[in-house]
Amino acid sequence: MTTRAKRRLAGIVDVIVIGAGHSGLAMSYALSQRSIDHVVLERGEVANSWRTERWDSLSLLTPNWMSRLPGYRYQGGDPDGYMGVREVVDFVSGYAVATSAPVISQTTVVQVTPAGNGYRVSTERGDWHCRALVLATGAFNVPVVPRLAEGVPAGVTQLTAMDYRNPGQLDEAGVLVVGASATGLQLAQEIRHSGRPVTLAVGEHVRMPRVYRGRDVQWWMLASGVLDQRIEETDDPDRARRVPSPQLVGSPERSTLDLNSLRGQGVEIVGRLAGVRDGKAQFSGSLRNVCALADLKMNRLLALFDEWAAVNGYDSEVASAERYAATDVGAAPRLGLEFGREIKTVLWATGFRPDYTWLEAPVFDRRGNLRHDRGVVDAPGLYVLGLPYLRRRKSSFIHGAEDDVRELSVHLADYLDRTARPQLAAVAV
Amino acid sequence: MTIEAQKAENGVNVEALLGAREALTEAPEAARFKWRATSEWLNGTHSRATVDGFYGLGGEQKHRQTFTFDTDHPEIFAAEDNGATPVEMVLVGLAGCLGAGIASVAQNRNIQLRSVKATLEAGMDLQGILGIDDGVRNGFDGIKVHYEIDAEATPEEIAALVAQSQKRSAVFDIITNPTDVTVSTSKA
Repeated sequence: MTTRAKRRLAGIVDVIVIGAGHSGLAMSYALSQRSIDHVVLERGEVANSWRTERWDSLSLLTPNWMSRLPGYRYQGGDPDGYMGVREVVDFVSGYAVATSAPVISQTTVVQVTPAGNGYRVSTERGDWHCRALVLATGAFNVPVVPRLAEGVPAGVTQLTAMDYRNPGQLDEAGVLVVGASATGLQLAQEIRHSGRPVTLAVGEHVRMPRVYRGRDVQWWMLASGVLDQRIEETDDPDRARRVPSPQLVGSPERSTLDLNSLRGQGVEIVGRLAGVRDGKAQFSGSLRNVCALADLKMNRLLALFDEWAAVNGYDSEVASAERYAATDVGAAPRLGLEFGREIKTVLWATGFRPDYTWLEAPVFDRRGNLRHDRGVVDAPGLYVLGLPYLRRRKSSFIHGAEDDVRELSVHLADYLDRTARPQLAAVAV
Repeated sequence: MTIEAQKAENGVNVEALLGAREALTEAPEAARFKWRATSEWLNGTHSRATVDGFYGLGGEQKHRQTFTFDTDHPEIFAAEDNGATPVEMVLVGLAGCLGAGIASVAQNRNIQLRSVKATLEAGMDLQGILGIDDGVRNGFDGIKVHYEIDAEATPEEIAALVAQSQKRSAVFDIITNPTDVTVSTSKA
């Protein structure tokens, strides 16, 4: 208490946005359009996670022509290409400049508490006070590592997708990549290409071709309305939000990245990592079924595209429909591997979660998840952005920020108006 | 005035299942079940297991009646063949679990089932349990399940039913993933 009393007041504004990534900057733009007084607090520099927490070869899963933010779009000469991580940093930084976003960088938020009719936002450089607060700190702050990691023998190096930069970091021996999202498959491929033996442990996953009927699969997702599907239209919102990222990579060749192509490149495919015992990794016997589920789901998606193309008169503009070979996991996928002898490194590509440890407000459910309705957090004047399927399937993508920010900024502006009214009424009386 | 879509009737009370899902989300303690069996050795390789009560929804529960299951080994093992072998009982459990799942998922997806027939086969090398070759495991070297299903659905929808049933099956999980087993003894 005394330390807080000693802290200097850094400023009072109507709205604080925490995080100067694409979501926070898009919200800043929407607030500026409405002349709402605000600042964007950023722990590092604009696009900090992209600068400091991603592997070297990372590229976006969406083609450049899709990269757009409110009032801003990709202007480069390669619309069908995919931005690398440096280009993403430049794109987002360019947006901050173009929109004159009021970013205060190198300012880490250490604590947020409800205070008065708003929030006190304590940073390492003084305290701020605001009436409304937007959490735009992203969904990928902390790597999720399953508890069975504790049983992995001490001689085996463990790292997460957040620690990983390139294969040069790794021992020359065998690598077990755990997780079959875009991250797991991309890293498995890159590490295999470096000459190291790679085993990929595969649970439930989402399979997609990179290019379908001559068009990027993201074009199909956008055109057919799949990316605009709203969370309230899904059968099971919690589940929809947990679906891993599709197995895609943005490469100049626009090649498909799936388990069949990885097997062809010499990656060994095994089931979900189900146990660690006596120095051995145990893999689930469910591999065939998770692959069958993913194949069935992919074929349903492609059928939906075909139907959309037929109904909307695109059949003559795109190549003919096709279906892909079922996932082939081989005659007898291995059920176990010995750590140390066969595996010297475990790379956890098992997902990320947001970090709100600095947020001291009663807004979390029993499992520690933020309680919110499509970005409107269960506390007055508190909002969250950029989470998977926050409002729409595209919510966590760069191009997904625009619609979410438009709608949430309306809610936020209305909140500011409503909470201002009693004071005016008091004056009028 | 809408025409009511025809509702599948597979004898599964999906509303109750969905209600239970909702209720148990809010009451995690009630979701903790304990399944039980007792067993008594009779003679030779012949045992009789009894299933009677279990624990769940916060209290002791009883089956409508007591069920008994005899297990033994066949005559070619110089046994009396008073019942299925224990490994066959594992297949029985898997078939029962997947079948229940298929019916439930079909009901939830409004798919009318007409017949669901499963054939299960598990390979096993006896050199494992007989201790002839340490490299051979005691248990199955694999299980093959084939479903022949007649339903008001496309082949893809039927495949999706079977896949979803595996995804949500307890016995499939027990067989495909490691389970910690504690066995204790006491002198009677």
